[in-house]
Amino acid sequence: MISQRPFVAGPFAHDVRTTPMVMTWVMIALAPATVFGLGLFGWPAVYLFAVTVASAVLFEAVCLAIAGKPLRATLADGSAVLSGWILALSLPPWAPWWIGVVGSFLAIVIAKQVFGGLGQNPFNPAMVARVALLVSFPLEMTRTVAPRPIFRSDAPGVIDSLAVTFGFGGHIDMDAVSSASLLGHAKTELARGVPLSQALSHAGSLADQLFGIVPGSLGETSALLLLAGGILLLALRIITWHTPAALLFGVLAPATAMHLIDPERYLSPLTHALAASTLFGAFFIATDLVTSPVTRAGQLIYGTGCGVLIYVIRTWGGYPEGMAFAILLMNAASPLIDRWVRPRIYGRDRKGRPLAVKPKEGR
Amino acid sequence: MMKPSRAFAILTDGLWTSNVTLAQMLALCPLMAVTGSATNGLGMGLATTVCLVATNVVISLVRGLITPQVRIPAFILVIAGIVTVADLAINAWGHELYKVLGLFIPLIVTNCVILGRAEAFASRNGPAASALDGLGMGLGFTFALTLIGCIREILGSGTLFANASLMLGPAFAGLETVVIPEYKGFLLMILPPGGFLVLAFVLVAKRQIDGLLARRRGVAAATARS
Repeated sequence: MISQRPFVAGPFAHDVRTTPMVMTWVMIALAPATVFGLGLFGWPAVYLFAVTVASAVLFEAVCLAIAGKPLRATLADGSAVLSGWILALSLPPWAPWWIGVVGSFLAIVIAKQVFGGLGQNPFNPAMVARVALLVSFPLEMTRTVAPRPIFRSDAPGVIDSLAVTFGFGGHIDMDAVSSASLLGHAKTELARGVPLSQALSHAGSLADQLFGIVPGSLGETSALLLLAGGILLLALRIITWHTPAALLFGVLAPATAMHLIDPERYLSPLTHALAASTLFGAFFIATDLVTSPVTRAGQLIYGTGCGVLIYVIRTWGGYPEGMAFAILLMNAASPLIDRWVRPRIYGRDRKGRPLAVKPKEGR
Repeated sequence: MMKPSRAFAILTDGLWTSNVTLAQMLALCPLMAVTGSATNGLGMGLATTVCLVATNVVISLVRGLITPQVRIPAFILVIAGIVTVADLAINAWGHELYKVLGLFIPLIVTNCVILGRAEAFASRNGPAASALDGLGMGLGFTFALTLIGCIREILGSGTLFANASLMLGPAFAGLETVVIPEYKGFLLMILPPGGFLVLAFVLVAKRQIDGLLARRRGVAAATARS
């Protein structure tokens, strides 16, 4: 009789870390920056965040039901919550509710479940959604607001905020509260021919940028808290240093060179590092296990590619921010990188040829 | 004369079973390019249908004169001649439609469906059957283009058959509807990625329907046997 046991050949290494555990740790690492962002932008941001995460879970449940997969076990892995969470953090905090719902549909249904669910998606779901939203709804997706911390008197209350997110219950003039993000402001001023030293004279101080008290996406403003979360993930060895370090290098090297050539036309490397989504992308998005290369060397190539593309798109492209585009482009390249840079198989050299066998002594 | 059952088989083959877009996955280039609105899809589909019927009939008539070795250049010559006539005719009498479809009308020459039907059907069958095949395939293509155009237009701009009277004549004015008033527009659906996405979901729907029909037929056959 033929053995029914699966074909096995060792050695195996067992990792006690399960998918839900990894997802939970990433959420814990994201929590400080998230709570800060929600507090900074007030109730509309809380509503948007809740709507986005809830709809992501709902769409995941619907897809699983259609595909006939185990509902509770797959939902409990937390990947849908995390996708919705990351998407929400990359949205403008006062965006209307349907941006969150359409974004979750694009992320979960189009970018993830259609390909077969977690682990099968070639592109980062949250970034697919962000790019699709940005291309489709440029007005809503670029309307950032000045920070209005939840405890301050000029922040909209619980009821007034309903008007911002859901369009009923009160009235708020969006044009009066909107305020351009640093990169967006620099881009429009440069296009008008205003030198940077003049354009940025009213921008927030370096400390404001560091703590994140600036206009921007919901969870991308606080450089320090994102950095802390990233260091937590590094310390837990959920991510390795290769992708984030290479990405930061890819942004900072051209930024430094161009800034030295002409400081009036090119933003300083420090601004690039602190502004918008650089740290968020480096630690939380580019490091996505599913869509980035497997090997360390591959991750270095991938990270550098992301970084350089981010700088190129920010500086010479049509959009002020290029994180999502850069990551999608490098996602597309990562199967190629994986073919090119392969890990060495035990007993073979890097090109896959068997190693020379040493003859045994005494024969 | 053809038996009615054979005529029916030829027509359903073109309209559904071997539908140009939904089963053969041919002619995707004009599909992605012109189905941003239902009107454009309908116009393109009808133009292709006319060309397809005409080329099928002509090639079926001359099929005895063409030796197998030179058949492909000969087919292309016939197709190019007929498409040029259609191109000039649309430019003369349907100028608004021509301005939108523009480049894609002459490109019907290279549409794989036309040469495909010439090679696979018209060169082996009589003129009447070939005309029917051209009609079935053309209308099947029109159906797919219009369906995808409708979905993309509703999702993308919230209207249906916008500008139909301008392009296809005043008789089509009744088709123009605003499905979602004060819609902000979902630009991605009008752009080529939207074409791929909608086509994919339409293909899923066709397979689901085919599976359902096959199951029902299986049940019917089982009950007939018992």
